[in-house]
Amino acid sequence: MSDKVEKHREGTIIKQEDSPVKMEVEVNDVKSEGDYKKTPVYIYYDWCVKCGICIEFCPTNVLAARPDGYPYVKHPEKCIHCETCDRLCPNFAITGAKR
Amino acid sequence: MAKNKIKETSSKKQEMVLMQGNEAIALGALAAGVDFFAGYPITPSTEIAEILSEELPKKGGKFIQMEDEIASISAIIGASLAGAKAMTATSGPGFSLMQEGIGFAKMAEVPCVVVNVMRGGPSTGLPTSPSQSDIMQARWGNHGDTPAIVLYPNSVLESYELTIRAFNLAEKYRTCVVLLSDEVLGHMREAVVLPDLEKVKIINRIKPTIPPEWYKHYKNNPKYISPLASYGEGYRFHVTGLAHDERGFPTNRADEIETLMERLKNKILHHIDDLVQIESYMMEDATRAIFAAGISSRAAKEAVNILRKAGRRVGMLRPLTIWPFPDDAVRKYLFDMKTIIVAELNQGQLSRELKRVMGGVWNYSKQKKRKIVELQKNNGEIITPEEIVNLFREVR
Amino acid sequence: MAQIPQKVIHKYLRHEKKFPHVWCPGCSNGIVLGTVIRAIEDLKYERDNIAMVSGIGCSSRMPVYVDFNTLHSLHGRAIAYATGIKMYKPHMKVMVITGDGDSTAIGGNHFIHAARRNIDITVIVINNYIYGMTGGQFSPTTPTGDKATTSPYGNIDSTFDICKLAIGAGATFVARTTAYHAIEAKKYIEKAFEHKGFSVVDIISACPVIYGRLNKKGTPAQMMIDMRDNSLPIAQYEKLSEEEKKFKYPRGIFVQENKPEYTEKYAELVKMFQKPEEQGK
Repeated sequence: MSDKVEKHREGTIIKQEDSPVKMEVEVNDVKSEGDYKKTPVYIYYDWCVKCGICIEFCPTNVLAARPDGYPYVKHPEKCIHCETCDRLCPNFAITGAKR
Repeated sequence: MAKNKIKETSSKKQEMVLMQGNEAIALGALAAGVDFFAGYPITPSTEIAEILSEELPKKGGKFIQMEDEIASISAIIGASLAGAKAMTATSGPGFSLMQEGIGFAKMAEVPCVVVNVMRGGPSTGLPTSPSQSDIMQARWGNHGDTPAIVLYPNSVLESYELTIRAFNLAEKYRTCVVLLSDEVLGHMREAVVLPDLEKVKIINRIKPTIPPEWYKHYKNNPKYISPLASYGEGYRFHVTGLAHDERGFPTNRADEIETLMERLKNKILHHIDDLVQIESYMMEDATRAIFAAGISSRAAKEAVNILRKAGRRVGMLRPLTIWPFPDDAVRKYLFDMKTIIVAELNQGQLSRELKRVMGGVWNYSKQKKRKIVELQKNNGEIITPEEIVNLFREVR
Repeated sequence: MAQIPQKVIHKYLRHEKKFPHVWCPGCSNGIVLGTVIRAIEDLKYERDNIAMVSGIGCSSRMPVYVDFNTLHSLHGRAIAYATGIKMYKPHMKVMVITGDGDSTAIGGNHFIHAARRNIDITVIVINNYIYGMTGGQFSPTTPTGDKATTSPYGNIDSTFDICKLAIGAGATFVARTTAYHAIEAKKYIEKAFEHKGFSVVDIISACPVIYGRLNKKGTPAQMMIDMRDNSLPIAQYEKLSEEEKKFKYPRGIFVQENKPEYTEKYAELVKMFQKPEEQGK
């Protein structure tokens, strides 16, 4: 992502104290930077604005938040392709559709 | 599917009929190919809606009475974007309510016609009496700078002709054209021979000929007017009231906004000669003149006749196009006049423009003062020829 | 790199527009846009025949993003503009995207009259209880007592129930759902599109950045959890006691009836004048 976007995003994010989105610490845990084959859920990071909805409503907790707030696929094996994340993403930035 | 908008009627010679002004406006609209009318009842323009509610269904055209004037202007803009030749008719109070919508039509360059049959104002004023006090509102009514095209007839026949012209100009310049009339012009009846419909020139909006992917409906070009597709024809374009770029998407880039605002202005001001229509009556050897429009110009013409019989060298100048104001024509005819009487049913809306154009009362070329005298009435009555003649004798 | 998957929605978006879109993180507008597009995809509507009209406000920035015949009209007037389009081209599928203020405050008059006429227009109300675009003033649906930038001491206004308002005015399809219940929302939007007559879908939406922040509703996700927990299907809602009803609201189809549709009534009128052989056309 261009740093301009990064700065813009940092500036507008509201610090939510009681955010249910658990901040995951292990950064190196991130596997799917978008390699589509290995992960059942593909995230368009250019469009994601870190609202946390997909992480919250994934029924099998496949997604988790990186320290910078972006979702990542923590448990790809748990994905049941229910497409809740796909349906509830306000920015069309994630798809869990079966391939 | 460029639907042919020319009215197909038998070309039998039109015989003389007794016709009301408002009726002439309705029939003029039908001749121009109106196929959508949305309006709201208001004295003194309701006859236009009544006649069109009767005639439009016969033609397969659409008539709808909306819940208020704001809804009416909104509906005709929507219909026009879907391809209609759309019109509404109202009077002072409704015209005030329509201003934001008129501004939208000019900004989004959507062809439509708004008829304002002027009545005594302000507020509820004099519903059944004439006035000419909406002239400035017709120009400056909506917020923001958007030049206006405003026509104003002075007879039943001209009401018919200028309605057709209003539609043609709306289609040609892709904007909202206002047709002024007034309570007397609208309600009076005159013997009229309507022009033969075959000879009536009808202008339809330019349609795009290129495929949808390349179509930019606000593309600038030297004539400032770009083709306008209609909804449902495969072009799927975006229309907004926000400042927009040439594809119609909102922008806040100064250069794109400037291009837009310059186009909206130049589209009118660079075509003044095509837009302006003015009538000069016995001005050839006149040394004094009467400047008047609409109903007041009828009295002015009669006054000129009376004064001419008494040997006075007087003429009359009448703008049919009130806006854009015919600066050059007025200067050409009236510059060397010793006296100019401006007769109007308001508190000086035309005379203000006249003084702007004439640069005040001092006539530099003749090193003499010229008299600009105002004959104004605001009491619901019309100006009579005798009043003009008496003032003329007084002022001489 | 593996070929990037193409979401259904991406096909319908205007590619010249800047994404991510203009709405704040977690705002439900994006969810509703996705739901509308999925409904249109499943109904296999022809894009050329769809007209999407909106007024002014956060919700009304939706049409610019989609590849239909779109019109971003004036505040409150979307339904009147849409009436013009529908009257002139009745075969077109005309939908209005509007907000709670846009439709019931400044646009209230057009809302109730279009409902009275029962003209075939689908109105989708993004009901997020606030005027978002102008920075958070209370709207006719802001709950009494809630904070907004113009009700710093708590909103003393009483509120509209958009569904009851629509039913009272004569709308023949009225449903309420929430942005959380995206599957149900899609079903109702499809039914509304297919319904011949004035249809209203009131979608309770989240405005986390303003309404949520001013009233301490938590994160976007938390607001959607509230939607899930505070709304009940109509049948269950009826069983509640008066006291409990205060904190919940019913979700479902309130009205779905067939009454003569306005443009069809007008077509009958026009048929009277057509010569017999044209009648069939």
